Amino acid sequence: MATVSLNADEILTSKPFTPGQVAWKRFLRHRMALVGIWILVGLVLYVAFGPLFFSEADANLVDLRQKMSRPSDTHPFGTDMAGRDILARTIYGGQISILIGILAVVVSVTVGVLIGAVAGYFGGIVDSLLMRFTEAMFNIPQLFLLIVLAKFFASQTPNFTLLGRTYSGSVVIIVGVIGLTSWMYLARIVRSSFLSLKEQEFVTAARATGASDASIIFEHILPSAMAPIIVSATLEVANAILSEAYVSFLGMGVQPPTATWGNMLNEAYNQLEGAPWMWFFPGTLILLIVLAINFVGDGLRDALDPQSLAGAQE
Amino acid sequence: MTRYIIRRLLQAVPLLVIITALLFILTANLGDPLAAFGGERRRLQPADRARLERQLGLDRPLIEQYAIWLVGNDWMKVDLDGDSIADSYGTRRGVLRGDFGDSFQERRPAIEVIGERIWNTLLLMVASEIIVIILALLVGTFSALHQYSFWDHLITTLSFIGYSMPIFWLALMLIYLFGVNFQRWGLPSLPTVGMYDLSVGPTVGQIALHMLLPLTALSVVSLAAYSRYVRSQMLEVIHQDYIRTAYAKGLPERTVLRGHALKNAALPLVTIVGLDMPLLLGGTVVTEAIFGWPGMGRLFYKASNAGDIPVTMGILFIIAVLVVVFQLITDIVYTYFDPRIRYE
Repeated sequence: MATVSLNADEILTSKPFTPGQVAWKRFLRHRMALVGIWILVGLVLYVAFGPLFFSEADANLVDLRQKMSRPSDTHPFGTDMAGRDILARTIYGGQISILIGILAVVVSVTVGVLIGAVAGYFGGIVDSLLMRFTEAMFNIPQLFLLIVLAKFFASQTPNFTLLGRTYSGSVVIIVGVIGLTSWMYLARIVRSSFLSLKEQEFVTAARATGASDASIIFEHILPSAMAPIIVSATLEVANAILSEAYVSFLGMGVQPPTATWGNMLNEAYNQLEGAPWMWFFPGTLILLIVLAINFVGDGLRDALDPQSLAGAQE
Repeated sequence: MTRYIIRRLLQAVPLLVIITALLFILTANLGDPLAAFGGERRRLQPADRARLERQLGLDRPLIEQYAIWLVGNDWMKVDLDGDSIADSYGTRRGVLRGDFGDSFQERRPAIEVIGERIWNTLLLMVASEIIVIILALLVGTFSALHQYSFWDHLITTLSFIGYSMPIFWLALMLIYLFGVNFQRWGLPSLPTVGMYDLSVGPTVGQIALHMLLPLTALSVVSLAAYSRYVRSQMLEVIHQDYIRTAYAKGLPERTVLRGHALKNAALPLVTIVGLDMPLLLGGTVVTEAIFGWPGMGRLFYKASNAGDIPVTMGILFIIAVLVVVFQLITDIVYTYFDPRIRYE
């Protein structure tokens, strides 16, 4: 048994924890967040190393003699309507789903931070115009906006090739559409942090040294407002993956030949009784990743932003 | 208070104009609205197409189409026969006077088409909201009073799973278990599609039976979020001084919880419910699609796919108005529950 030895010198000379270390310790105490991290690591490994075992050609290999066969040794997750292997498709579909989730959040964070920062920093007429616009966007349920926007931009976008793989052009559309319909909440958070931060002395000091508005916004205020942005961006990845799944499920999202967890469900739900494996596996993967990200986001909130009302929903 | 309400309503007007204008631009480009007219068998002749476009006003600039949608065209002469001379008065009266135009698909007033569906959606939504509020108050309070107990941890974990649950996955699982497998196992199975058996008709019992599964799917997802919220509110309230005072003067726990704690903990829930209500109309698109529930979400999906501008815009307009109205109602209800708040 190791005994805990308290050496006075050691305590006095050891460095104090940095805020980052404190946050990390708080995060590690959050058991569900750790479970979330492990699930996430597992899923990322699944989509990252899966291609070593299955080529994309496998995932798109149509074999009508094999169509809708139940899970077996050759097809552990079974096959779909066209006889394609569902296991291979969940690997490649997962890559796209996760990619869409992350890229959509990059778009929404960029827009949300810009609008929130400008509104909060400049105030006045700029603020009230931008906030009116934000409010207007809030007034329509996101799914309705998603459907209308996806349809609006959907008119024949060409496929494109990147790194030797062909993607449906709808991937880009869906990233943009999800990003542009989910920035409002973040914009409000950023605006309120800017409203209080811009009155602080370090901002006055920065202004006195002749820093430009852009430099004050991005170099001085924004770093202090990062905690809530990181937390809500994390949670937003889960929402973006869900949104992709919803529109793709309705058949208005990512189009073939690109598979995503969402559009695999689209044709599957007609086979509700006959081939439950077609919707069970992609659906479960969506549930797992959303759950894991929500766990991690909650842990991050406790770690980075302890004052915020834990458990409060947006 | 009256002045406050009037001011809020006036502020809502420009907001609604911006929203509807944006949505109109999007909706007007949803595809070929005339596709529905030819039917599937015959294609429209170019001459017929031009005539239809003229009659529906689709040949006009977008801004003019929007103005007509808003205020109608019965006060101005329009050109119907295509000779570039305005000859007769228009027939549209505009949304502001309650005319949503005729549905392109069904060729009857859009408001009628929407009206038939809106009650089905409301039935589902209101029932689910009532169940969710009652359960959330019970579960959230229980969880808060037994903080960090086994049950609290279990409830917290379950509510995280519920909150992360894609509603279609839950719906498919419910159908597979209670609809398909129960039938297979010879147990009494639940109906999974539609509102009632066509052979029986829309009786109360039938509708209630058909509502069970969609209601469960909808409720589980919202219950998770709401009960977390009640829990954190309750935790905050039960550590307040006035709760200790109430215990100290010897009131039974039940009275303290119900009369003092719950009333204050439930207050912020009013805001959440008020803001969620109109948005929930949108949350049902997927649920209604899966369960074949003839509601507004499914109608919206169908109409926007077909480029049916009057129905699509009508639904979006109704929702936008409901959001504004519910925000106002929430504020007013709030002053009733919390006399400290006064709006000027």
